[in-house]
Amino acid sequence: MTCGSEEQSTVATTGKPHATVNPCTVCAPLGAVLAAAGVEGAMPLLHGAQGCATYIRRYVISHFREPLDVASSSFTEASAVLGGENEFARAIDNIRRQYTPELIGVGTTCLAETIGEDLQLMIAKYHESRATHLPIVYASTPSYRDGHVEGFHAMVLALVRALSGKFNESSAPADNRLLAGATARINVLPPIISPADLRHLRELVVAFGLALTLLPDYADTLDAPISDRYEVMPKGGTKVSEIRMMASAAATLDLTLPGSATGAGDVLHSDGIPNHRIGLPIGVEATDSFVNLLEEASGQATPEWIEAERGRLLDAYADGHKYVFGKRVGVYGDPELVVALARFLLEIGARPVMCATGARNRALSGALASLAPGAVEAVLEDTDFLTIERRCKELDVELMIGSSKGYRSARSNGIPLLRLGFPIHDRVGAGRILSVGYRGTMVLFDSVVNILLQHKQDESEIAFSYL
Amino acid sequence: MAFELLKDREGQVLRTKAGQHLPVVCDKASVAGSVSQRACTFCGSRVVLYPIVDALHLVHGPIGCAAYTWDIRGALSSGVELHRISCSTDLREKDVVFGGEIKLEASLKELIAKYQPKAAFVYATCIAGIIGDDVPAVCRRIEIEFAIPVIPVMAEGFRGTKRDGYNAATRALLSLIGRGDIDSVGPVSINLLGDFNVAGESWIIRKYFEQMGVEVVSVLTGDGRVDEIGRAHGAKLNVVQCAGSMTPLAEAMQERYGIPYIRVSFFGIEDTSDSLYRVAKFFANLVVIEATQQLVKREVARVLPELRSIKQTVLGKRAALYVGGAFKAFSLVRALRQLGVTVVLAGTQTGKTDDYEELQSVCDEDTIIVDDTNPLELANYLLEKDVDVFIGGVKERPVAYKLGIGFCDHNHERKIPLAGFDGAVAFAREIQATATSPVWRLMPRRCASHEKTTGLQMKGGEHDLRK
Repeated sequence: MTCGSEEQSTVATTGKPHATVNPCTVCAPLGAVLAAAGVEGAMPLLHGAQGCATYIRRYVISHFREPLDVASSSFTEASAVLGGENEFARAIDNIRRQYTPELIGVGTTCLAETIGEDLQLMIAKYHESRATHLPIVYASTPSYRDGHVEGFHAMVLALVRALSGKFNESSAPADNRLLAGATARINVLPPIISPADLRHLRELVVAFGLALTLLPDYADTLDAPISDRYEVMPKGGTKVSEIRMMASAAATLDLTLPGSATGAGDVLHSDGIPNHRIGLPIGVEATDSFVNLLEEASGQATPEWIEAERGRLLDAYADGHKYVFGKRVGVYGDPELVVALARFLLEIGARPVMCATGARNRALSGALASLAPGAVEAVLEDTDFLTIERRCKELDVELMIGSSKGYRSARSNGIPLLRLGFPIHDRVGAGRILSVGYRGTMVLFDSVVNILLQHKQDESEIAFSYL
Repeated sequence: MAFELLKDREGQVLRTKAGQHLPVVCDKASVAGSVSQRACTFCGSRVVLYPIVDALHLVHGPIGCAAYTWDIRGALSSGVELHRISCSTDLREKDVVFGGEIKLEASLKELIAKYQPKAAFVYATCIAGIIGDDVPAVCRRIEIEFAIPVIPVMAEGFRGTKRDGYNAATRALLSLIGRGDIDSVGPVSINLLGDFNVAGESWIIRKYFEQMGVEVVSVLTGDGRVDEIGRAHGAKLNVVQCAGSMTPLAEAMQERYGIPYIRVSFFGIEDTSDSLYRVAKFFANLVVIEATQQLVKREVARVLPELRSIKQTVLGKRAALYVGGAFKAFSLVRALRQLGVTVVLAGTQTGKTDDYEELQSVCDEDTIIVDDTNPLELANYLLEKDVDVFIGGVKERPVAYKLGIGFCDHNHERKIPLAGFDGAVAFAREIQATATSPVWRLMPRRCASHEKTTGLQMKGGEHDLRK
């Protein structure tokens, strides 16, 4: 299999032979489920065999440590041969009876795609036969084409396509013009980040007096307070009415990198909403770009508390810069996070020598090309951990930053791992890790410095008590 | 919204009545749209074969199936750890169109050359089946070329339930058994079937048999070795622990090699003692019987004091359990009863009609029995029965925790051995740590939020005293 070409001298191919060993991605329907879980009252449904939904639930649950219900149309052998239309309709009937959802987000499995299921037609037939207008939004997510990153983007795109233009129609909420007139509205499109990150993005935008559509927003659905009863539908998530208003926003702050694919921001852009593809606001400069756009959209100066957080972050940089200078770091994960971390590491004087992703959308190499030439020595796309582990060794990487799936690679190379991104299956609190904004960057910076100090301390023969 | 059992699931849930055994509807495909806790056929085969540590396990399909089963069980190895890497042919769009056989063959060659396994299992997933790859033919070619067993495991997810996956694993194991030389196998010898060496449990059980003077020819499949499995037909008795997954293999070995089998369990001191005695009695060898008596007497005397002291702290607590197979459920009911804990809900993913009859007879009156349940049902019954401890797998954990209910992992991801005499103590400690933790007093289920500032009025305290 060919895995991309040499794009420049510093950019290597994945070097991955025929088989994938220890994957650095999971499958597309997982991303679609995660995006759907960030919409208020939405129930994710996977069209295919039962295992996909259960495996995905287990994987997501072990990261967020939260319940997540994912329905399946539970294909049988007969449905694999004759098509799963009946199972699809029965699944939606049963979901509606037990969950009374406001929206159903459907992802397709490899099986459904391979046998050529026509979901558009099935949805139309369902609406007709049941005389319902329940929004059923579907994204095509076969994992022989895409990984979880692309699946996430596909569901967000599907939601925007299905719902955002509809605000002009009769179904528009009555207060729409009022809202549009009173406060400027902006759209924020995050990649897969933690509930803590989502909450902080919201806090920043609201601080400028802006109305916001954050899509998706699983800050509450996947980080809910304890309860004395089981919430059939967890509270929170982007409201369908907010998605409908996206096409009336002043601007979109697009934090995603869809690579070669069309992004939700692109679609809104073609509806006349300016799209600012600025990446994740991690680091001073990246957060500055984000905050500047909020100033521009709101016409308000940055609130004092945000300026103070920026100042404290710079103070932290001054205190800790020497510990990180020149450190050779290997970063892996979803393209948005890897690019943001590479920028951040360069900003603090460390060297993101290896940048890797299992994503297949070619977003990583494109975005890294604009960074300082020569800083990144290897870019791996569509890669696996067997390759990442080998390249980290060859490149003398001193610290790895990424999901918990790199733990054994870090361990076998004898270097520390800072856990960040998705998934983190061997620690608690993955949903509470804050990395965006000045505040999040400070958490990240302290974590990077401290993990290096701890490693130094652990490896030293002398039990240093001041560092 | 009031909880309503899906019509399609009526008959799969019942409440026990004294002296009556009602038929439980079971062993059927999951209901579309019901959020089943089950996975698929592939999962069933994968979990059974997974602990064979010196074989290559190659998942033939798109990436998801391999990614979700990477390092999924806490099945330990005493040496090589090939089972802990995740290998996938990572099928892509062009493979789905043109067929995946070429990629499968190339992957097998590459991986066998790299890892030098004693055998290779090739798991055919949904897509391999649908696109019609001739997996057995590729396996035959590679088997000849590399002179190791290369075994196709036909486990397409849509072919049935997890139980059908057990049958696929049985066929795979049968094709390994009989390849080895059995001249050196003695007359007092067994195979241990259905122990997966989770947290080292096979080692614990193996040691008991060694002390009894019983030769363990092979463990299927905990810390499994291809060569040992090849000699399994030399054993004189099959001792079946995980009855759900391994009874088909035991039956097939009885038919093919004339080896009788008994069903046992090593959970709880009663069942452990009883199981060891039954094996000793089978051989009717006085030396073995005497050694067993000494072993049981010594071990029970050693662990009983701690079990008794733990019982004082957990007496009267209420437990729910939802596990994969029925035999584990029977054992857990007995082990909990010995600790003075009442089981108020018991269910399995894959139980059969006669299993549910037995489950009803070991449970008290008015226990809820569920087959292939889902989060909504579980949450509803946990609250109704005012459960203190829920015993299940990781998918059930957040359902319990979100309601402020204690949870105890008894599935294959755990890191604590719960089998044998020491396991019984570990299990009791787990129950104690779960049921008597002071954190539950603070949860809304026990302490209404408006009382949160006045600790003296906490309902939780009263509740605990009442018990």
